[in-house]
Amino acid sequence: MKASITLGKVSKFMGLGIFETLKNLFTGKLEKDEMQSFLRKTVVPLASILLFLGLWHLGAKSLYNTEAEFKIEKALQDQGQAAADALKTCIASGDSSCQPNTLPSPSQVWESFQSLLRDHNIISADKLAFKEKTAALNEKRIAAGKDPIVYTGRPSFVDQIYRSLQTVFAGFFLALVIAVPLGIFIGLSPTLKSSFNWFIQIFKPVSPVVWYLLVFMIVKTVLIGSTDDSSFTISFISVGLCSMWATLVNTAMGVSSVDKDYINVAKVLKLGTFQKIFKVVLPSSLPLIFTGLKITLSVAWMVLIAIELLAQSPGLGLFVWEEFQNGANDSNAKIIVAMFIIGIIGFLLDRLMLTIQNWVSFDKQDAI
Amino acid sequence: MAYLELNNIYKTYGQADGETEVLSNINLKIEEGEFVAIVGFTGSGKTTLVNLINGLIQPTSGEVLFKGEPVTDTSHERGVIFQNYSLLPWLTVGQNVFMAVKEAFPNKSKAELNEIVANYVEMVSLTPAINKRPKELSGGMRQRVAVARALAMKPEMIIMDEPLGALDALTRGNLQDEILNIWGKDKRTALLITNDVDEGIYMADRIIPLRPGPNATLGPEFKIDLERPRDKTEMNDNENFKKTRNAIIEYLMDIGNERKSEAKAEYVLPDLSPKDFVNQFK
Repeated sequence: MKASITLGKVSKFMGLGIFETLKNLFTGKLEKDEMQSFLRKTVVPLASILLFLGLWHLGAKSLYNTEAEFKIEKALQDQGQAAADALKTCIASGDSSCQPNTLPSPSQVWESFQSLLRDHNIISADKLAFKEKTAALNEKRIAAGKDPIVYTGRPSFVDQIYRSLQTVFAGFFLALVIAVPLGIFIGLSPTLKSSFNWFIQIFKPVSPVVWYLLVFMIVKTVLIGSTDDSSFTISFISVGLCSMWATLVNTAMGVSSVDKDYINVAKVLKLGTFQKIFKVVLPSSLPLIFTGLKITLSVAWMVLIAIELLAQSPGLGLFVWEEFQNGANDSNAKIIVAMFIIGIIGFLLDRLMLTIQNWVSFDKQDAI
Repeated sequence: MAYLELNNIYKTYGQADGETEVLSNINLKIEEGEFVAIVGFTGSGKTTLVNLINGLIQPTSGEVLFKGEPVTDTSHERGVIFQNYSLLPWLTVGQNVFMAVKEAFPNKSKAELNEIVANYVEMVSLTPAINKRPKELSGGMRQRVAVARALAMKPEMIIMDEPLGALDALTRGNLQDEILNIWGKDKRTALLITNDVDEGIYMADRIIPLRPGPNATLGPEFKIDLERPRDKTEMNDNENFKKTRNAIIEYLMDIGNERKSEAKAEYVLPDLSPKDFVNQFK
C-alpha cells in the first residue's frame, strides 16, 4: 500500500502546515471550524509581520530625522547658514551624497535587495562572457599542460550565499563524521566516557573566534608552501569543530540510555556486538542523535558568519564585514538584507533537518 | 535429575548497609514437558526470579541448573516472553520475529527464515499486520508478536513473565488458549509467572506461590488434577477446581495478613529529650 504524496502531506511533514490551510481556503474546502485555525495560523502571523514592518518603518524614520537634524545643526555651527541650507535641500532632494547614515527603512532594504540581484545578473553575464572568450584559449592551455585561466572578478551576493552554504555543509559533515562515531564509542564504554568527559566539558564552551585561531595556527603550518587559498579549509574546519559538541553529547547520551528492555531483548536473542549496535542501540538513540544534529546545524550556521569574517572567506560573513567597512550609502541596507537572508536560510536548514528526522525516526515525533 | 533445577538461590541487591535480599532460599524442580505456574503478589521478586532462570542475572549464592548445566548466560534453548512485550518499535512485526529467527538458526537461508517467520506470525493470526510497526498494534496484538518471537526460535523451554498482565479479560482468555495450544502441540516445558490464580489453575500442572519479598521464598506447591484440555466454563463448577482455588487463595490471603500484622509492629523510640537551650545561654 503506497500513500500518495500530496501538497498537504508534504507541508505537514515539513512543519509548514500553513500551505495546506491556504490551499483549502482557495479551493473552498475550508470547514467552518477550520476558520478559527486559519485565523490563528495565517492571519495572525501575517498581521504580526505587517505590524513589525510598520514599527520598523516608523523607527527608521525617527532615527533618520534625528540624524538629519544633527547634521544640519553641525553644518550650521561649523560652516554657517548657507552650508546648512544647502545641506537641507540636498537631504530633501534625496541625493545620495548627503543622506544621513542610520537604520535603513524597509523600502530601502527591499531596494538594496533588488540591486543586489541586478548586480548578480551583471556579474553572471560577465562570467559567461569571460568563459566564452577564454574557452578556445583554455583548451590550448590545457593541451599545453598549463592551468586554465579562471574568472577572478568580484563574487556576486548569490555566489557568496552559495559559498556560505558550501562552508556550512562541509563543516556540518565534518562534525557528523567526528561526533557521531565518537559519541557512540563514548556512550558504549563508561571508561571512554570518563576519559573524554574533561575534554568535552572544557572544549564545549570555547568561543568560535578562538576555534578559528586554533585551526588557523594548525592549518597554516600544515599547508605551508601551498599558494592556494586556505580560507575555505580553515573556515569549514572551525565551523565543524565549533558545532560538533551538541551532536557528540546527544549521541553519547542516547547510546548510553537505551531502554533496558531493548538491551534485555538483545541479550535473550544473543545478538552479536555489531548486530546489537546497529539493530538495537543505534535505532533507539536516533531521535536524540538527530536532535543533536539539528542543534549542530543551527550552531554551525550561526558561527559561520563570524568565522568567515575572520577567515576572509568570501561568504555572507565577509559580505557583512565588507559592507560595514565600505560605508557606502546603501551599505546599511545591504547588511539588513544579509541579516534576513541569514535568518531565512537558518530557518530552512532547521526545517530540512526536521524533515530528515521525521523521515528516519520510528516514532514520527512532532517538531521539538 | 530434573530438567530445570534451582538450588538454594539467594539474590541480594545493593551493598553493605543498603543491601536488600530479594530472593531467599529458593528451591524449585521442573520436569521436562511440565507446565508450572508461579503465583505471587506484584513486587514479590517474580521478575528477578525469571531473569535468574533465563540467565540475564546471576544469583548471589546457589545455582540454577538447566539440563544439569549451570546457567551462566542467556540461551536460545530458553525462550522468554517479557512482561512489557519488549518489541523493538523501529522494526515491523515480521522484522521483529525475523531478527530472533536469524539469530536462532544462523545456517538457514533467507527464504527458509522468512518461511518460519510467516508460519509463526500466521500461528498468532497476525498475518495481515506483518508489515505494521508495534505502535500501530493493540496491546493484545503486541503480546502475540512477543509470543510468536519467543516460539519461532523453537526453544526447549518457554519462560513467561506475566505475559498477559496488561491485557483485558477477553483478550487474555484467547491468548491463554493460544499459548496452551502451542504448548500442547510439541510438549515443551513451560514456566509461567503470574499474579492471577485462575490463570495459573487453568494453564498449569502445578502452582507454586511465591511468598512476597524482601526475602521472597517459594511456598508449598499445589497440584492441579484437572483433565486437559480444560474448559473454562465447566471448570467453575468443578469441585476439584474450587477446592484448589480456595486453598491457594487462602494461602495467599494468610501471607497477606501476616504482612499486615508485621507492618503493625510497634516501634520502640529511643528515650531522648531536647536539650535545655534556655539554661545553656544564661
